[in-house]
Amino acid sequence: MSGGELRGRVLVGGVGAGPVLRLEEPLSFWGGVDPATGRIIDRRHPRCGESVSGRVLVMPYGRGSSSSSSVLLEGVRLGTAPAAVVLRELDGILALGAAVARELYEQSPPVVLLALADWEAVREGVDASVDVSGCLRIAG
Amino acid sequence: MAAVNPFETVELTDLDRAMLSGDHGEAAAVAMRILVAMSGVYGADRLLDIEGAHIDGCLYHGDSGVDFAELLVAGGARVRVPTTLNVGGLDLLHPEEFAGTAERRAKALRLMECYEEMGCRTIWTCAPYQTTPRPSFGQQVAWAESNAIVFANSVLGARTHRYGDFIDICAAITGRAPAVGLHLEENRRGQVVFDFRSLPRSLRSASWLLPAIGYLVGERCANRVPVLLGLENAHEDGLKALGAAAASSGAVALFHAVGITPEAPTLEAALGGGEAEEWIEVTAADLRAGLRRLSTAASGGKDLRIDVVALGSPHFSPREFAELLPMICCRPPAASVEFVVCTNRVSLDFLERGGDLDRLRDLGVRVVVDTCVVVAPILRTPSGGVLMTNSGKFAHYAPGNVGFDVVFGSLSECVQSAHAGHLRRDPELWP
Repeated sequence: MSGGELRGRVLVGGVGAGPVLRLEEPLSFWGGVDPATGRIIDRRHPRCGESVSGRVLVMPYGRGSSSSSSVLLEGVRLGTAPAAVVLRELDGILALGAAVARELYEQSPPVVLLALADWEAVREGVDASVDVSGCLRIAG
Repeated sequence: MAAVNPFETVELTDLDRAMLSGDHGEAAAVAMRILVAMSGVYGADRLLDIEGAHIDGCLYHGDSGVDFAELLVAGGARVRVPTTLNVGGLDLLHPEEFAGTAERRAKALRLMECYEEMGCRTIWTCAPYQTTPRPSFGQQVAWAESNAIVFANSVLGARTHRYGDFIDICAAITGRAPAVGLHLEENRRGQVVFDFRSLPRSLRSASWLLPAIGYLVGERCANRVPVLLGLENAHEDGLKALGAAAASSGAVALFHAVGITPEAPTLEAALGGGEAEEWIEVTAADLRAGLRRLSTAASGGKDLRIDVVALGSPHFSPREFAELLPMICCRPPAASVEFVVCTNRVSLDFLERGGDLDRLRDLGVRVVVDTCVVVAPILRTPSGGVLMTNSGKFAHYAPGNVGFDVVFGSLSECVQSAHAGHLRRDPELWP
């Protein structure tokens, strides 16, 4: 979609804005993202080499190891985390990393769940922002 | 979809509220706040009692994990239920095995100490189900570590949701967990059937193929509950390897192997009386393709040089060592190959008692405990080479985590390749 608002369910509240990085395939942060740089390092992932840092990360859900919450938390500490995470299916492990970041560092990317049709409508590369109510605004 | 405030929607007991308000110390309050927030995420309307926990958060991934553990220790954290620890970042018995910087070593060690200070049992293994008393059928627990979760749910019939670092210790400190997901009967029904019955019997009963089967299942079923139909005679270590692979390629936390696992005496029982959402006939071609995806090194014939052989993800059991020993005594690894087996102290005792630990070391095998080569700097070979393994989990994570190309093979192929210094395939494995 070009321009508009999508209402999501807040999993972990917060605000964040940046260009959309849209992953069609799920990604395990553990073994899949280097928290030092924010880059995707899973060589089997089609977007390997791209950075999640400062992006509104639109992905279906996480997969694999339960250590992904640690990698997201470490990303928050190092300033390489996504600006926001927008999911299509509930992912407790990424939400947990964000919830702990809020407890420990008093900041975290918002994690928001969108309905499938809305999630499908968010295009790669557009500027987007998420607010505390779970509203995703797309520039355009 | 509106925002909800879980502090208003989750039903809490008096004890939950007391913990939340700090009556049981600041650490219990932090833990309860995180549990309530996560109950909101999962949509849980209450918490339930757990009788045990297994903690993944003791592995060093960066300073934030230490910050969190120190926050809990400073807040007076003590676990309320029997709690075991997953691998740490160091082999505490053989500290010389650590190849990282002194700073990283000190932090990894401090993190392990923090969890010990909270009263956890220091078993340091990703296969707690093979070392300590197991949860019983139907028992509610809070386990982290993806392979341990899938084993507890599938092979033991215990009940844990798919927990990760941090919430694991919050559950242990409070003795509570959100009443969601696989804790609840209705979410444990099989959803996708993988039908292996058309495969030749030799493939259906081949234990070395179970990681490839798990990998394929994880890829195809994502976060649904798979039912495996037609696997034969899979023993416990085979199910452990299958589950670990399925939890690497997908978010699998429970599988039912019909006729093998406790909640699946029959297909009907595995499906909980319902219908399968999807029915997937698995062919030999699917399995071959799954095997290919487990390897990242060019399919390479005999010319492919092998730099490292890594075994033991999940940690090698005594039975797996008993299988390895006669093979490797005939064909010791070449001097050019680093051969590492990751295991726990229970298996180490087994090796020491039989005199096999010295025998393995004399053959050039490194036996590492308490940790694992894909999560800690243990390998001495510089990254960029080729690592061979019989573990689907190592095959999945080694490229990203330690920078090796991987080749997946059977245990016997791994031993033969290490002996030759080059990839050796066994044509008889595939009829």
